[in-house]
Amino acid sequence: MNLVLLFPILIPFATAVACLLAWKQRHVQRVLSITGAVLLQASGFLLLVSVWQSGIRAVQMGNWPAPFGITLVSDLFSAIMIVMAGLTGVTVLVYSLADMDTGRESFGYHPLMHILLMGVCGAFITGDVFNLYVWFEVMLIASFVLLGLGGEKAQLEGTVKYVTLNLMSSALFLAAVGIMYGAVGTLNMADLARHMGTVKQPGLVTTLATLFLLAFGIKAAIFPLFFWLPASYPTPPAPIAAIFAGLLTKVGIYALIRVFTLLFVQDLEYTHALLLVLAGLTMISGILGALVQNELRRILSFVLVSHIGFMIMGLGIFTHLAITASVFYIVHDVIVKTGLFLVGGVVRAERGTYEMSSLGGLYSSNPWLSALFLLPALSVGGIPPLSGFWGKLVLVKAGMETGQYLIVATALIVALLSLLVMMKMWADAFWRDSPGSAAGGSVVSANPVSFESRLVLFCPIGVLGLLTLAAGIFAEPVLTVCSRAADQLLNTEEYIRAVLGGIP
Amino acid sequence: MISLILATAIRYLLPLLLLLSVYILLRGHNAPGGGFIGGLVASSAFALFALAHGVDLSKRVLRIAPRNLITAGLFTAGSSGCVPLFFNLPFMTGLWFETHINVIGKLGTPFFFDLGVFLVVLGVTLMIIFSLMEE
Repeated sequence: MNLVLLFPILIPFATAVACLLAWKQRHVQRVLSITGAVLLQASGFLLLVSVWQSGIRAVQMGNWPAPFGITLVSDLFSAIMIVMAGLTGVTVLVYSLADMDTGRESFGYHPLMHILLMGVCGAFITGDVFNLYVWFEVMLIASFVLLGLGGEKAQLEGTVKYVTLNLMSSALFLAAVGIMYGAVGTLNMADLARHMGTVKQPGLVTTLATLFLLAFGIKAAIFPLFFWLPASYPTPPAPIAAIFAGLLTKVGIYALIRVFTLLFVQDLEYTHALLLVLAGLTMISGILGALVQNELRRILSFVLVSHIGFMIMGLGIFTHLAITASVFYIVHDVIVKTGLFLVGGVVRAERGTYEMSSLGGLYSSNPWLSALFLLPALSVGGIPPLSGFWGKLVLVKAGMETGQYLIVATALIVALLSLLVMMKMWADAFWRDSPGSAAGGSVVSANPVSFESRLVLFCPIGVLGLLTLAAGIFAEPVLTVCSRAADQLLNTEEYIRAVLGGIP
Repeated sequence: MISLILATAIRYLLPLLLLLSVYILLRGHNAPGGGFIGGLVASSAFALFALAHGVDLSKRVLRIAPRNLITAGLFTAGSSGCVPLFFNLPFMTGLWFETHINVIGKLGTPFFFDLGVFLVVLGVTLMIIFSLMEE
């Protein structure tokens, strides 16, 4: 049976319900929550292995035949994304054992996290455009609450911006789905892919493509629609910011890649050229924003925006190698951005601030933390042998092969600037003497973090750091998996056949 | 400010509205109705009661905390979808008992899904209304 496709949705759901049952017992919730996340991760691997061995898997919900019912379908790309969702879930939830206040935990932090994960996994695995919308909503509503949970002033301000922009995006998405149904008469993605070419008015398809680009572009935070991200992501506590940064923007990217490889491939000169331009502008504007910021998490948010451009760049070039690079880059980016935001949380726990001007001397007081920061930071900058290097290398190679020199140059400059930004952070927060101590001695932190909780904080970050190292050293097998995923994304027949079966 | 008319009327309205909500829930199989709308009707009964007699009394009449209703509803709906898995059918496939039951008609997993939706809607709506009235 195709149970393996259901687990990524059922496990977080069951975990959320179990956590709700244990509402008053914080410790029970913690145990349940970690168990659920580990199971989700395991089910992700199970799915990946299953798809690797037997091709694209699909299951018809409620036994309704394909174009009419809702299909759950997983190709390698979906399976990879679910593994990444599980990884983010496990690391962030382990981290929050030591860095989440009691108030938030007793007001539903754990159930909400699992509802969020359920929404994310649902979006990755559904084969129906309207169902995708529903999963987006599940994910967004959980994220609205998580972002506002705790009700601090800055947080609420960020939440208002986040909610407004995302509601607009949802409205655009819904309108696009409506027009699409009117034009093509189906919402099953495989069925849409078959019929998209037969739509009489080619202008309508381009309009639809632009609408989807707008809707998912807001969620993925691409230029010029990204300004909500640096305004809202730095406001919630570190674990919530980390899962948002690591995972949520990637859902937008996933949706973009899905629709622009499966559905909108008729008018490549317009849509994918537009994507390429947007990718370049996203990279530049993000990194320039990061250069002028002075608060640790705002810098990271702008770097996050900038690197979304790299993932879109692969989609815009639209060759096999480029899509491979995009998939690889998503894997890399999930790992390093989650790691960096978690490091930011530890810095805050140690020093009580995110302001670069009052940070410093972290290298002498916390050498291990510095090492944990350096791994993902260098990876973002694209230093070999870390995963960021290979992602950028393959992207650049794909760009060179197709002669897109402008975007290649942009990507290289932005990579260099990223390295500059990360090194500036390293120099300001870690390397230089603390501004408080004139003699340059180490500063005793305001509220020292105990050894046990430090262990809990460092473990997930260490795992993420090692993963970016491992993905760099063993880039070959990872790239092989990504290349198979790109195969399946570009040759849509297999996807269509898996969903629709024998229907001609 | 407690309205005498509402306070008197709600004593009779509450059971009637609850009965109506169950009726709407049950006819939802093949006719307009179902768990969502039934849950809204049921929650409107308790909301009216809270308007007339205050939130505390309304909570006591409800007996179960809204949050537990949500949990129970999610659990019911989720497990009803899982039942077909044991018969080697895809998730959420509708399974029906053969026997015909008076008033209810045929009983099957979609009914339990609807019941779950009923409970979730009741729980969520009352949770929102109660916390707004307590502010």
